[in-house]
Amino acid sequence: MLLLLRQIILWTLVRPFALLVLGFETRGRVHLPRTGPAIVAANHNSHLDTLLLISLFPAAALSRLRPVAAADTFTATPLVSWFSRRIIGVLPVDRGRPERGADPLAGCREALARKEILIIFPEGTRGDPEELGRFKSGIARLAEAEPDAPIVPVYLQGAGRVLPRGSMLLVPFNCFAVIGAPIRFAGKRPEFMARLKDAIEALRADAPPLRWL
Amino acid sequence: MLAWWLVSLFVGGALLMGWVATVLVFAAVSFIALREYATLVPTRREDRPVVLFVYAAIPISYGAIALDLYGYFLVIVPIYIFVGTASLMALIGRTDGFLATAGVLTWGMLICVFNIGHAAFLIRTPAAEAGPAGPAGLVFFLIAMTILADAAEAAGTRFFGRTPLSARLGPGRTVEGLAVSIAATGTAFTALSAFYTPLTLAPAAFIGFLLPVWAVMGSLVMAAVKRELGVATSSDLLPGYGGALDRIASLSFTAPWVFHMLAIFALDHF
Repeated sequence: MLLLLRQIILWTLVRPFALLVLGFETRGRVHLPRTGPAIVAANHNSHLDTLLLISLFPAAALSRLRPVAAADTFTATPLVSWFSRRIIGVLPVDRGRPERGADPLAGCREALARKEILIIFPEGTRGDPEELGRFKSGIARLAEAEPDAPIVPVYLQGAGRVLPRGSMLLVPFNCFAVIGAPIRFAGKRPEFMARLKDAIEALRADAPPLRWL
Repeated sequence: MLAWWLVSLFVGGALLMGWVATVLVFAAVSFIALREYATLVPTRREDRPVVLFVYAAIPISYGAIALDLYGYFLVIVPIYIFVGTASLMALIGRTDGFLATAGVLTWGMLICVFNIGHAAFLIRTPAAEAGPAGPAGLVFFLIAMTILADAAEAAGTRFFGRTPLSARLGPGRTVEGLAVSIAATGTAFTALSAFYTPLTLAPAAFIGFLLPVWAVMGSLVMAAVKRELGVATSSDLLPGYGGALDRIASLSFTAPWVFHMLAIFALDHF
């Protein structure tokens, strides 16, 4: 029942909004994972990033799609929490310093074991609009623990101008996603992180130029 | 190809459905083109509210078209949105790049909203004044002749093209192509105008033989803009045919031309 509601929202709100208001264009869509376990790793500049990424997936994949998001923001009130978890499918992760022995990524591991597709923003925050911040290492630990899951790098552009952090004013600009070939964990965590960041930076070259002075 | 037919279907369907549908479709075209433009041009971080204000030119201008208020339409964009944009920028207070940004935004709304709005406004011509095909026939004729002008110019350039119109903008548009387009479009416009417009022969020939000059200049200007912005097409909206801005480039120059000439020679309404 809830899944049907989510699919209706996808068709009547999410996709029309992405296409008509944000003129969303995609390159390299063939690289998008259709089945789990998989991790989609994208740069993060706006709350709209999650909406844009979800709009790319077929309705049938909706039940397996889990955007990983900060528990402090997305479970702040009961209503927000219900909407985030049940409608968007958010997988909340605690951002604070974990207690001894607790694994903040346990939920992500379980989701991958259930063959779900995680959407992860390795920057961990929206940061400055349209700028790539430092990557956090959680994604490398997940990739190492789940070597079967392909990591699909995605470069997102535009949403940081449409609705940047700290703004309530939505201004339409075209948004772009460039999806790269999946990479897999190999070597050590820092090497993998550098490789992932390079992959996302490289995808930027396929997006139209962005001049924000 | 499919996307191109879809656009034709949309515009053709809107023309058949009447002026409300036509105004809505043109407003959507203006919005998509202006959004492409705003995405590609340099803007400053502080200018987001200003860009939103520039979008307001679309509902206000097309509102004036829907209410058939020609006098209002004429002053909204070039005076009031223009003045409002500059005022808002001054209030925000960042001065480096002020003139450049104000110019860039004004340019975009003139091309995407004001000029294209003239094509939509033709649909408000009273049926008694329009040609045998009614007001929708006027809009259709303007669009069809603009497409013909572009196509004839491209074909002329392909088969006879030698002398680029602008050496710096490359061999895509040539003097020979323009000559072919003037001959073909001028003849077609003169021959067919009796079916679509209330024009007599001499004014029809005058408008028709000059229309390709405007069409080619429109696309040449857009080519210069895209060259400065470092893109080949304004977007991938219609794969293989570029974006909305690419498609409206010629029309943004031919629409005011045909509109004003019709107003001078035939239509009392404007």
